[in-house]
Amino acid sequence: MKIRVDVMLKTGVLDPQGAAVRHALGTLGFEGVEKVRQGKVIELELAETDKEKAIKTATEMCEKLLANTVIESYLVQVV
Amino acid sequence: MKAAVLVFPGSNCDRDLAVALRRAGADVTMVWHKDDHLPDGVDLVAVPGGFSFGDYLRCGAIAARSPITKSLIGHVERGGYALGICNGFQVLTETGLLPGALIRNAGLKFLCKDVALKVENTDTAFTQTYTLGDEVCYPIAHHDGNYQVPDEKLAELRGEGRIAFTYKDNPNGSVGDIAGVVSRNARVLGLMPHPERAVDPVLGNTDGAAMFSALIASVVAA
Repeated sequence: MKIRVDVMLKTGVLDPQGAAVRHALGTLGFEGVEKVRQGKVIELELAETDKEKAIKTATEMCEKLLANTVIESYLVQVV
Repeated sequence: MKAAVLVFPGSNCDRDLAVALRRAGADVTMVWHKDDHLPDGVDLVAVPGGFSFGDYLRCGAIAARSPITKSLIGHVERGGYALGICNGFQVLTETGLLPGALIRNAGLKFLCKDVALKVENTDTAFTQTYTLGDEVCYPIAHHDGNYQVPDEKLAELRGEGRIAFTYKDNPNGSVGDIAGVVSRNARVLGLMPHPERAVDPVLGNTDGAAMFSALIASVVAA
């Protein structure tokens, strides 16, 4: 089963990379870009075939390694 | 005093750290990350700077899950001393032994220069040879040194006197100008600047030497 994990900096945590991307978009002439947040996507291919169990395992992976929950939030989805 | 310096793939300050510890009188063993135990009778575990595992995922994230890190956590839980410098500080926050996290510098640039620091707490094994409010100069060399903790945790760190060093002129956006923090029992210190790069007069700066001599004196006395 294929799982997609989105990891983003939590709201309120300063995202200097997102701010730099926003600035660069402005330089290219894209107007009205009010905010940019940069995160990462992690794709997992799990042998597990039960959807709920796969989500539970991926969530555990997020808590233990894939996200640093001090500063990051995550979203687990089956794709 | 017996010290262990952990070595991960991508560590690059491990030998400098060993030199600084040996100059101060420590008996130093280098310990590879795949080892699952520390040498017997180790007093201090030192986690060096560098780019462990290429900074993949997050700085220090993979190193914090290495086999040797379990022993490091056990050592700290038994009341042992630990010192994490730069990437070592990132590893200590990733293990949860120290609070907070280190994110990309606010100015996005890799910073490599000497910075002035203020000693905020002299009641630790690492800083007892300094005087409160002393200004010291340590080199920094990092891309992800922007220390972040939630507001309530920052208040707690301040209340418990756990901020060891602050930057005089904040280079990276760290909350509260924080450069280094200690654990609740003050036996674990993590800091972004490099005291081990400031221990030899040949290099033009010896401000870091006092940290290593302080540490060894207090461990020997304990």
